[in-house]
Amino acid sequence: MEPFRRHTAIAVPYDQPNVDTDQIIPARFLRRKRSSGFASFLFHDLRQDEQGRENPDFILNKPAYRKAGILVADNTFGSGSSREQAAWSLVDYGIRSVVASSFGDIFYNNSFKNGLLPVRLADDIVRGLRAQLHATPGSQMTIDLEEQVVIGPKGDRYPFEIEPFRKRCLMLALDDIGITLEYEKQIAAFEQTYKGRRPWVAR
Amino acid sequence: MAPRTLFEKVWDDHTVLVRDDGQTLLYVGRHLAHDGSYHAFDFLKARKMKVRRPDLTYATPDHGVSTATHDLASITDPEQLEVVRALTANSAEHGVMLFDLDDDRQGIVHVVGPEQGITLPGLVMTCGDSHTSTHGALGALAFGVGASDVYHVLATQTTWQKKPKAMRITVEGKRPAGVTAKDIILAIIGKIGTNGGNGHVIEYAGSTIRSLSIEERLTVCNMSIEAGARAGMIAPDDTTFAYIEGRPFAPKGADWKRSVDYWKTLPSDSGATFAREVALDAAALAPMVTWGTSPEDVAAVTDVVPDPARETDADRRAAMQSNLEYMGLKPGTPLSQVPIDRVFIGSCTNARIEDLRAAAKIAKLGKVKVPSWVVPGSSLVKKQAEQEGLDQVFRKAGFEWRESGCSMCVGMNGDVVAPGQRCASTSNRNFRGRQGRGSRTHLMSPEMAAASALAGRIADVRDYLKRV
Ligand code: SF4
Repeated sequence: MEPFRRHTAIAVPYDQPNVDTDQIIPARFLRRKRSSGFASFLFHDLRQDEQGRENPDFILNKPAYRKAGILVADNTFGSGSSREQAAWSLVDYGIRSVVASSFGDIFYNNSFKNGLLPVRLADDIVRGLRAQLHATPGSQMTIDLEEQVVIGPKGDRYPFEIEPFRKRCLMLALDDIGITLEYEKQIAAFEQTYKGRRPWVAR
Repeated sequence: MAPRTLFEKVWDDHTVLVRDDGQTLLYVGRHLAHDGSYHAFDFLKARKMKVRRPDLTYATPDHGVSTATHDLASITDPEQLEVVRALTANSAEHGVMLFDLDDDRQGIVHVVGPEQGITLPGLVMTCGDSHTSTHGALGALAFGVGASDVYHVLATQTTWQKKPKAMRITVEGKRPAGVTAKDIILAIIGKIGTNGGNGHVIEYAGSTIRSLSIEERLTVCNMSIEAGARAGMIAPDDTTFAYIEGRPFAPKGADWKRSVDYWKTLPSDSGATFAREVALDAAALAPMVTWGTSPEDVAAVTDVVPDPARETDADRRAAMQSNLEYMGLKPGTPLSQVPIDRVFIGSCTNARIEDLRAAAKIAKLGKVKVPSWVVPGSSLVKKQAEQEGLDQVFRKAGFEWRESGCSMCVGMNGDVVAPGQRCASTSNRNFRGRQGRGSRTHLMSPEMAAASALAGRIADVRDYLKRV
């Protein structure tokens, strides 16, 4: 995974609320190997019709947004299925950050494991950003993780919250397992007492 | 100690450590795996790691299996075949208990867990699947995780989590005839919305919930994820203990008494606080059916398709219009007049034996007007249903009787609803394309789905119940 510090890119406004992960990547592509790349599956059934022809009305297919690296959504982005492939398809496409007023819990968690930064901002701010992006298609935004601020297309700044642990992992591209293994002693000690307390759990 | 909720007690019991920044390393009591867990096994392999506690993981193939037969040869998609095979190989390599395709214990992982006594009160459980929330029906804290977290659990038997908030939904009153557990949870989602439980663990409480059987509770907790919650839970009680006792992986002998004594301490203390409280009157409910592309787009079967023109928020109005367009529905149409193209009775929400019994009761009353499938939630459910003659009831009414698996709930195995077709489904997601590209899904209870199959349109099960 790529470290995330400061990301400036074309931002695409995505107006639909409740974008479930089935829409982000349909189930039939989930079994591909991670290494095979997931960019072409992002919003697959919205981006192209059944004959594989591009849908010109779909926002990512519009010339101004083809190189988008930030997605500004509505509410409850990434709800539904736990498929981490949703995050894979976004990062593989080049989208490193999604801004929304709320996220599906599991999608939110999965994003961090893949160098994708989900940013929560208030509903009116998110709407405002989308309106600005619609007004000037193809304009850029910046997500500054270090400073914890979103910089809108007009230079307006919106601070955001993020847990320090997640911030650190993302900035240093730290892998969870590596961190957890440092706590091996505590895990082993826990396992001992757990076995005594709840002997029926293990087989 | 300060009064604690059910969820906090289970959380505390599995806390390995809390970092200064609030992240908790939670121990995973039992972990469930399925064919979709293969990415996680791949990651493990890439790092040359072993499963830390193979005795705490249980696996069964479900998403990609064929429901025509359980022969591997029936899996026509090479990718699905590969991952179903990979589960067999990975389970053998790591010493994980597997209920494979030729095993009666195979089934949808969330049906198998409770059925086998793997799911127990007071456990933290994870699985690489969002409907892991199902297991909370027995008083476990169970949540779905993505592939990276599955890998983390396999490697360390732990998971990093931020503590969610507690939320309580209290349902009181007697359910009218025809109102099932599915209708209760659909009504809850309609009320609080698909984001209503975000950041929370929902505890379902109240006399109505207490009166539910375990299978009904599983249906309720299953759709906690559709309410946006991290997990759903119901306090363990005598109903729970009676359900668990004697199941293969449940505690036995001296452990049984000891575990029950412990489980009795789990219900939320009086005085425990919930960040959010919601109340629902069961007596006021009717059978529910979804009309849109999110489970929150739900109404009583006696209602009409809502009119976007009445929505004051412009963004919401536009979204609603586009959803109705996708669904091919006109505002004002009575839901009970919407014709359907097929019926799916199955999924981890509603494919347990009680669901099939309830659907069969209605199926007895006529013949299906559209292609209709019954896909049992596990091979044991299938066997039980056959012993009771339910398969014959369904077959006589013209239903197709299939092998167990996820099937048309997600359409990964090739069981799909054709583009533009409308399906009455007992599953949990009416997302666009969920049951196949261009599919239109109406979620409802098994009784409602069976009634709809006989009517060839969305039907009010109460019109049939009079004749039972
Ligand atoms: S039945 Fe449907 S919701 Fe349940 S685990 Fe299978 S695919 Fe997921």
